[in-house]
Amino acid sequence: MNGDASPVAALGSGGALPAGPASGRGPRLGRLLLGAFVILLFAFFMAPFAMVVLNSSKTSREIIFNAIALPESWGQLLTNVRLIFTNPTVDYLGAFWDSTVITFLSLVVIVLFSSMCAWVLVRNKTVWSAVLFMAFVAAMVIPFQVLMYPLVRWMRLIGDAIHFRLLGTVRGIVFSYLGFGCPLSIFIFHGFIKNIPYELEESATIDGCSQAKTFFLIVFPLLKPIIVTVLILNGIWIWNDYLLPLLVLGSNGAVQTIPIAVTAFAGAYLKQWDLILTSTLIAMLPIIVLYLFAQRYIIKGMVEGAIK
Amino acid sequence: MRRHRLVNVLFVAPCVFAFAMNIIIPFGFGLYYSMTDWNGVSPDIHFVGLANFAGLFSSPDFIYSFIITVAYTAINIVLVNAVSFGLSLIVTGRIRGRNFLRAGFFIPYLIGGIVLGYIWQFIFNNALVAVGKSLSIAALQSSFLSKPGTVIWIMSIVNTWQYAGYIMLIYVAAIQGIPASLMEAAEVDGANYPTRVFKILMPMMANAFTISLFLTLTTSFKQFDMNLTLTNGGPATRFMDTPIKASQLLAMNIFNTATANRMAEAQAKAVVLFVALVVVALLQVAANKKKEVEL
Repeated sequence: MNGDASPVAALGSGGALPAGPASGRGPRLGRLLLGAFVILLFAFFMAPFAMVVLNSSKTSREIIFNAIALPESWGQLLTNVRLIFTNPTVDYLGAFWDSTVITFLSLVVIVLFSSMCAWVLVRNKTVWSAVLFMAFVAAMVIPFQVLMYPLVRWMRLIGDAIHFRLLGTVRGIVFSYLGFGCPLSIFIFHGFIKNIPYELEESATIDGCSQAKTFFLIVFPLLKPIIVTVLILNGIWIWNDYLLPLLVLGSNGAVQTIPIAVTAFAGAYLKQWDLILTSTLIAMLPIIVLYLFAQRYIIKGMVEGAIK
Repeated sequence: MRRHRLVNVLFVAPCVFAFAMNIIIPFGFGLYYSMTDWNGVSPDIHFVGLANFAGLFSSPDFIYSFIITVAYTAINIVLVNAVSFGLSLIVTGRIRGRNFLRAGFFIPYLIGGIVLGYIWQFIFNNALVAVGKSLSIAALQSSFLSKPGTVIWIMSIVNTWQYAGYIMLIYVAAIQGIPASLMEAAEVDGANYPTRVFKILMPMMANAFTISLFLTLTTSFKQFDMNLTLTNGGPATRFMDTPIKASQLLAMNIFNTATANRMAEAQAKAVVLFVALVVVALLQVAANKKKEVEL
């Protein structure tokens, strides 16, 4: 077998990687091996999901008896889901609602305020705008661990001082998500707005458009593609985030999020895998369904977020 | 002109305010608290200088956490990037269903660390044990998560499963940005596939490697969620004649220290994490910048 006939050679093709003209027995065997390898690899990546679905459809007894067998009746899945939603100790439905509200509101304020801020920082070349931008970028290196305990103490102090509770409330956590989400979002918007020709805004101003109007009517609509990126990056983070809600909302406060509910479940029903796995299934379903519909945007958003 | 300035201030105010309240001020407090006797209970906080830091480097649990976090990060950097580079070659290749594969490999990234930790805990503690029993494979019959020697590797495998699809996307974007003519020319000149990958593709993708190594490094160093729900630090082992948790990474060490109301000590550990993160990240970016090939 020469180089071109090896299994790797068969995959190095298409688009940027044209392989040599396939001929003879070698490439075919190579391709077969490669195909088998890729199927195995894909199966490995999907296996955990299969395990979740399989065991969410079982009773606790069935799982203990055999964790890899097929369920006796798939109808058990609905029973388990009902058990979770009607559970007396963990308000899963409430957590689902709170997570949705928190994610939605945080995304609205992050997109709106970050784009406004980024626009001003791009269009005003002053020392202040440069310093602010640098501060936002530099802050991204700070690990959450340094901030989390002082943050809770600080929020309690402020809340008590002005009689405006931030801890344990939706407004408090949305405010925190704006603070933690805006540096990256401003950075991404900044890069995009830099490439919007200034002439557009200039002509709007000449036509008598006020500064605020120029932003909302002219600039903001142009940001649509990058807004999708910002929404996706922040949305996945906020939906799955655990530590910030744990600290700001508490593990058994009135407001809960899905990851907290899942840990509460696992804590309350130790080793009751039928319930724990069903709760994980419900937690990941919305995001996977969303992914199936908006896959193109999500992939594009993730790549742009990483490269910028 | 004055109106203009007012609008500017109003536009940046919400972000600057939220940023200052959530990051800048807590960061300042965080640095200060690391040099106090803050215990989370007593309202009196006294300055103690660098005493908390001095204690850290003689406490076995912190040294151990630091070492395994570095090891875990090193394993991840190799494993995640090797796997994702391989995946990116597969999904940019001629193979049928490459778009489907690419979409599938990415799915684990969408699942949060908390949720996937439980799922993999079930897989290692129950599913694999069940496989071991039904096929009578001795090695599988006790969970890998209960062995101090393998637990870090298991966490790296789970981490690779989660991040490989994401890093793969970065490599795919880089590969698609390379002119096909370059690879074709090399092929005409007789370079075989591995040579083309190592000598042309990889140097051309240096920027993607910088980004990916950086991402892998920082996410591994700060790993918490999956650590919590997959192993919760366990199993128990011994280090420097002290009982400690075998898979307690730095972030979890900080968390557990604070849960025990040793807030100032947790804060000092967090500052060490911060400094380590900054130093390593700067070194790494500088090292990679040198290797980059400009097109």
